Amino acid sequence: MFDKAAGGPPAVAAPVSEATTVAPETITAVPVRHYGRWISAVIVIGLLVSLVYAFSQGNIQWQAVQDKLFDDTVLAGAGRTLMISVLAMILGVALGVVLAVMRLSKNPVTSWVAWLYIWFFRGTPVYVQLLLWFNLALVFPILNIPFVYKDEMTDVMTPFMCALLGLGLNEAAYMAEICRAGIQSVDEGQTEASHALGMTQAKTMRRVVLPQALRVIIPPTGNEFINMLKTSSLVYAVTYNELLRSTSQIGSTSYAVMEMLFVASIWYIVMTSVFSVGQYYLERRYARGSLRALPPTPWQRVRLNLAHVRTRNHPSTRNS
Amino acid sequence: MNAMVKAEGVHKSFGTAHILKGIDLEVAPREVFCLIGPSGSGKSTFLRCINHLEKINAGRLYVDGGLVGYRQKGDRLHELKDSEIALKRRDIGMVFQRFNLFPHMTAVENVMEAPVQVKGETKAVARVRAERLLDRVGLSDKAKHYPAQLSGGQQQRVAIARALAMEPKLMLFDEPTSALDPELVGDVLDVMRGLAEDGMTMIVVTHEMGFAREVGDALVFMDDGVVVETGHPRDVLTNPQHDRTKSFLSKVL
Repeated sequence: MFDKAAGGPPAVAAPVSEATTVAPETITAVPVRHYGRWISAVIVIGLLVSLVYAFSQGNIQWQAVQDKLFDDTVLAGAGRTLMISVLAMILGVALGVVLAVMRLSKNPVTSWVAWLYIWFFRGTPVYVQLLLWFNLALVFPILNIPFVYKDEMTDVMTPFMCALLGLGLNEAAYMAEICRAGIQSVDEGQTEASHALGMTQAKTMRRVVLPQALRVIIPPTGNEFINMLKTSSLVYAVTYNELLRSTSQIGSTSYAVMEMLFVASIWYIVMTSVFSVGQYYLERRYARGSLRALPPTPWQRVRLNLAHVRTRNHPSTRNS
Repeated sequence: MNAMVKAEGVHKSFGTAHILKGIDLEVAPREVFCLIGPSGSGKSTFLRCINHLEKINAGRLYVDGGLVGYRQKGDRLHELKDSEIALKRRDIGMVFQRFNLFPHMTAVENVMEAPVQVKGETKAVARVRAERLLDRVGLSDKAKHYPAQLSGGQQQRVAIARALAMEPKLMLFDEPTSALDPELVGDVLDVMRGLAEDGMTMIVVTHEMGFAREVGDALVFMDDGVVVETGHPRDVLTNPQHDRTKSFLSKVL
């Protein structure tokens, strides 16, 4: 109800009082001086300069960083990091929603199964889980689903499959808890209204509860995805050629270990930054209705400051 | 058995809190039945028992001749499955104090939802009826608005249209005007008055004594989980027999 004006610039004060009161003289006081801020800024800049200087003097082949940044192998690795993150996230979200619904089910069996799953996959490190998938062939050399599928485990558990299952199934446990919180945030009156109309439990969940739970679920899911981009570097262990592994291989063969780690870091930070910006706007969008007035976006803030500077230079425009 | 709703010794507890302590009453078809009483007297709880949003602990509750929530085989009661309960709720419309419109759907989508999802109607058929119902509650121009864009009174009228879309035999109103600004109450009561004139069976939990007197066919005063006084609204409101009724009415009239 309150968010209609949100998104636009803050409303200008209504000119109601204009007729009745004469505006008093504008205050021109001496602002508080923040000496501490100036001193700390100088110290921080000094530290940064010395850090940059140290790196420039270090034994680093900056040329190698520049040469390898857009190397085909590196780009392919970054692409695989992105792909495995997206696929694992899709698996995690889909399974997470199912687990959350199971967890909240009145059926004690499904609820308990979901609890057990979450307990195991949240209780063990994702790195260990990746190694478990990777070494599954040690305990089950043959994958045999009667009448459906039979093959050598090593043929099934490719590095890609290990990475996907390891990351995706782990993520599902975390997404299940996020979805559960989202589902529980929906007002009970919604379920009651839906039931009173004759809708079944399943229909109520699908048509009424889940769509409303999304506004709570989506922002932390974006966060999870950004985490996933970084966590995916662990699939190095299952020999999947993602960004870290492909850069490290170049590093170890060309004796440019640190340089290639820089290359990997640059790509990780580019990817997380891009998605963080998306996440920022996503969160803003889903905060509508829960905040009366949304804080301005960075771009809006810049425009606001520019407008402010302009009015300060032309005092005549201020009394509108 | 021709009563639309019949309660025989209905008890309901939440844990140790004994809310309903033996309710007996009968609601005839086409009757406007008003429930009044102080907050905490159990009138809303009783209303919610009628469509099985709450499960009763003792007694019998019948809607249109059938037991609510159970099936009787011999002298044993069997709980109904969720799908069977849902089937019975189709015939009972409910309007809530807090409206409970679906905020992610427009007004017309709110009204279409149940006929499409529950009865399997086509969207075209459901939309025609939804638009007719919105017109009936005076909101044909708000069909494409979301609940957050409507006033409380408008939301409540959409909620009534939503309940009517299932073509119920019985309508339950749980303090439908209590959450509204005083100036918006009239529009909602007008819609309810129209429904009563069309012969809808209605059970109304309300604090609107004027509405009860004018539209009601029967009135029950409840206090502390029991029915204190029953009668025609005009009689009970102007000439209450029990002291408890008198003291309550002296405060609210």
